[in-house]
Amino acid sequence: MMPELPLWAALPAAVLLIVGGLLTLIGSIGLLRLPNFFMRIHSVSMGNSLGVGCVLLASMLIASALAHRPVIHELLITVFMVFTAPITMIVLMQAAIKRTKPPRK
Amino acid sequence: MMRIPVLFPLGLAVLWLVLTESLSPGHILLGLAVGFGMVLSFQKLRPVRPRPKRWHVAIRLALMVLIDIIKSNIAVGRVVLGLTGGRTVKSEFLDIPLDLRDPHGLSVLAMILTATPGTVWSGLAKDSSMLRLHVLDLQDPDAWIRTIKTRYERPLIQIFEGERSE
Repeated sequence: MMPELPLWAALPAAVLLIVGGLLTLIGSIGLLRLPNFFMRIHSVSMGNSLGVGCVLLASMLIASALAHRPVIHELLITVFMVFTAPITMIVLMQAAIKRTKPPRK
Repeated sequence: MMRIPVLFPLGLAVLWLVLTESLSPGHILLGLAVGFGMVLSFQKLRPVRPRPKRWHVAIRLALMVLIDIIKSNIAVGRVVLGLTGGRTVKSEFLDIPLDLRDPHGLSVLAMILTATPGTVWSGLAKDSSMLRLHVLDLQDPDAWIRTIKTRYERPLIQIFEGERSE
């Protein structure tokens, strides 16, 4: 059984989840639609930045409302994402530059 | 020169406390021990110590980055969905001359630019004088260079190289 969730938490959390999900979905659609690696790498970071941010905010809201106290350790996920995701992307970018002739004019 | 760093281990201790979700004396002690132990034992690996100054600039920069992440999410979303109003998307590399030299400032700049959708850090000249950036939708290169230099680089110079700024 789900415990009762107050409306002030449920509504914004739902909106945040929908927005975050949509952003991540659009980012993933970009993987299919965009023509080359150098463009596709940008669309992934949509889900990686704001997408995950929205979901974590929703998680903090719900957890805090259920526990009747602020639950903020989701912030750590944000911190770790912000620190680690760019490193992966920079490494991928370097690998792509080394392996392919970048589309330049 | 052996100065014991304070800020970083304290930050790690706070991280530990948030992670364990407790404020009991035992956890505070453990967090401090882990923080100082780790930082002291890793000191040899970090030869250059960051000396961040002007925290109000840092907070303003963080807010600005947050706003820019939201804006560029929308912009990249439009490109993906083809809502660019008919104009062609020019995805290109852009070279930006840099004045920032502090390695910590540069790594924060790399983080900001890469975490923001639409731009990915793709290389730095050996003497850190030129940054290569890949931009998803490059319409006006000069405007991009101006924006990056005034919005991100100037505050980072103020934070990490305080004495050089006006």
